[in-house]
Amino acid sequence: MPIIVDRDKCTGCETCVSVCPFDAIKIKDDGKAFINEYCQMCMACLSACPEGAIIEIKEEGAPVSYQTSDYKGVWVFAEQREGSIAAVSLELLGAGRKLADELKAELSAVLFGASEKDANELIKWGADKVYHSDSPVFEKFNDEPYSRLLVTLIKEHKPAIVLAGATPIGRSFIPRVAASLRTGLTADCTSLGIDTDTGNLLQVRPAFGGNIMATILCPNHRPQIATVRPRVMKKSEYRSEKKGEIIPVKGENLICRTKVTDTVKETFESRVNLQEADIIIAGGRGLGDAKGFNLLFELAEILEGSVAASRAAVDEGWIRYSHQVGQTGKTVCPKIYIACGISGAVQHLVGMQSSDIIIAINKNPEAPIFNVATYGIVGDLFEVVPLLIKKLKEIKS
Amino acid sequence: MNIVVCIKQVPDSAEVRINPETNTLIRDGVPTIINPYDMHAIEAGLQIKEMTKGRVTVITMGPPQAELALREAMSMGADDAVLLSDRAFAGADTWATAFTISRAIAKIGADIIICGKQAIDGDTAQVGPEMAEFLDIPHIAYIRKIEDVKPDSIKVQRMMDEGYDIVESSLPVLLTVVKELNQPRLPSLKGKMAAKKAEIKKFTAKELEIDEKDTGLKGSPTQVKNIFAPEARSERKILAGNIEEQINQLAEELKQLKCL
Ligand SMILES: Cc1cc2nc3c(=O)[nH]c(=O)nc-3n(C[C@H](O)[C@H](O)[C@H](O)COP(=O)(O)OP(=O)(O)OC[C@H]3O[C@@H](n4cnc5c(N)ncnc54)[C@H](O)[C@@H]3O)c2cc1C
Ligand SMILES: Cc1cc2nc3c(=O)[nH]c(=O)nc-3n(C[C@H](O)[C@H](O)[C@H](O)COP(=O)(O)OP(=O)(O)OC[C@H]3O[C@@H](n4cnc5c(N)ncnc54)[C@H](O)[C@@H]3O)c2cc1C
Ligand code: SF4
Ligand code: SF4
Repeated sequence: MPIIVDRDKCTGCETCVSVCPFDAIKIKDDGKAFINEYCQMCMACLSACPEGAIIEIKEEGAPVSYQTSDYKGVWVFAEQREGSIAAVSLELLGAGRKLADELKAELSAVLFGASEKDANELIKWGADKVYHSDSPVFEKFNDEPYSRLLVTLIKEHKPAIVLAGATPIGRSFIPRVAASLRTGLTADCTSLGIDTDTGNLLQVRPAFGGNIMATILCPNHRPQIATVRPRVMKKSEYRSEKKGEIIPVKGENLICRTKVTDTVKETFESRVNLQEADIIIAGGRGLGDAKGFNLLFELAEILEGSVAASRAAVDEGWIRYSHQVGQTGKTVCPKIYIACGISGAVQHLVGMQSSDIIIAINKNPEAPIFNVATYGIVGDLFEVVPLLIKKLKEIKS
Repeated sequence: MNIVVCIKQVPDSAEVRINPETNTLIRDGVPTIINPYDMHAIEAGLQIKEMTKGRVTVITMGPPQAELALREAMSMGADDAVLLSDRAFAGADTWATAFTISRAIAKIGADIIICGKQAIDGDTAQVGPEMAEFLDIPHIAYIRKIEDVKPDSIKVQRMMDEGYDIVESSLPVLLTVVKELNQPRLPSLKGKMAAKKAEIKKFTAKELEIDEKDTGLKGSPTQVKNIFAPEARSERKILAGNIEEQINQLAEELKQLKCL
């Protein structure tokens, strides 16, 4: 066990017991703490013990057959949907550019599908090189051809770091890439940096539904792969004069045992792509019925935002599950999140509390949503929202 | 049809907090539950079983206490249960977790493997797709509806950012499911009784012929360096006056933020 209790130092004060989220620490009959196999190595108890009695025993990781220093450069997987580059790809180029500059290395993009013109755009957004396949297999998203070709390219060119968007596409196929390459993958990162001593990638990500943040390392395996949450990284500057190299790659004979037979856009709720929305207007049980959402759609129209919902509203059948924010729905971090008639249960908060600005409208001044709100209005939403719409229309015209 | 459902026992993560002053977790009395998404995976497995006259096996990798989660799944109607427990498995990241479970699944055999979209503690959503790679089978993530199951193929709806795709796959296949898929059933009294006595198969690293360097902490490429509290919220602004005045201030702020 690499996390152990120094029995000489332990006073049995039980501080660690209540701190461990995995119930992995028990006080034994002799009054000393003991760490069992529930331990997930989350490191929470180390700093909690007042006696410094909990220590980590470093164990050698599995040896690898290569030198990590043979792997160089930063890669960004540039996602396209129906031929247009996803916004997150440009954000990744921004983040990747910074890392590459710090490592004095090249930044490359990988683009499957879309056109050479799009590949060129990636150069202007910061890439030095673009590996581009225009094979028709990439038109629709199927995990196997995407992962197979990316694995082949990584084996051939040996990048040190690979970044992809933490989107339904990236989070679905990148794990296959990491599994196949026998390397680490850090999920849904919100911040990236380089450890100046080792040159390793420091990957910061939320876990436990956003209640804690963890820094993850992949010290001995390459490449270091991370999926990155949309909307947290900044795009770099667009430089129309920037030149780079486009390297065409073939996408033939790739195994594919799935087939996308249809793609359905959910039209009514037009701007539902919550993860990329700047502004989100969310409704809860306080809306009273499905018609209540019309008010929110009207507000969303004016603010050019998207509409989200609490689980209670989804369970009532007022709006589709794809709009649900929270522990069992989507995690969002827009610039502005307007919560209307949502009480602010922890399961909802974990999905939206990292929004830049939170505006809460609720008739109950004790509602916990106000604890996380930047602005709060205590009042009946059927009075407040129409007034707000009216006021915003005035300002606009 | 052999259906394998992967379930994980998790602390109810919504209750876990960090004390910003001491940087330690506050967990007092956080209950242990079956990962909520995995409840939908179990239900999906049971529905396919009923349609195809198949068998559902639930599997978990965890400490001996994880047996409770397996018994709960059996009380809902799962036929068999497998517990992967060994000190050598401790501290596994998603690579080592997926590798270990996939070895066990290869041993039992499966036509359809069902996982939750993600576990609410680790939150990575990686174990399912990684297992599919190790088993060399296709996978489809974020399933919100199962449209059709045939002896050698399946048709499902996959959630995407802007709607959904209809995807077909050959079998065997691995699916990861979202909550919209179904409503998990409650255990029956008869199920509860049977689950109490049911036998649970147990595998150790040795029985799965897994080398120590490929599982647990040693087999894990990623390491948790440290954990800390999320940044505190930015300044709070109080709006004053009657509702109309408050709305005027809010609209003004929104204008300043260039939202209009
Ligand atoms: C395992 C698990 C997972 C969960 N996952 C999620 C999740 O992903 N997302 C999620 O949202 N929830 C989730 N929940 C549910 C969560 O616990 C809450 O039940 C839910 O968020 C409550 O939704 P609500 O705020 O809309 O409803 P309520 O809690 O009923 O709150 C309604 C609010 O509206 C206010 N209100 C009523 N009328 C008006 C009015 N006219 N004007 C202004 N205000 C008004 C009331 O004061 C109240 O505060 C989960 C629960 C569990 C157990
Ligand atoms: C704070 C923190 C951060 C972490 N970050 C990372 C990271 O970025 N990368 C990484 O590789 N590891 C990470 N880990 C380790 C990771 O949480 C564990 O490997 C965990 O066992 C599996 O990952 P998960 O909980 O994210 O599961 P997910 O991949 O989210 O689980 C998806 C589904 O896989 C199945 N499943 C998962 N685990 C089991 C199991 N033990 N038994 C049966 N079925 C299961 C379930 O069906 C589940 O619904 C982290 C751990 C901690 C404590
Ligand atoms: S916090 Fe430290 S001293 Fe207290 S019981 Fe735990 S290990 Fe022992
Ligand atoms: S490292 Fe984390 S999981 Fe392990 S005993 Fe300490 S607090 Fe518990």
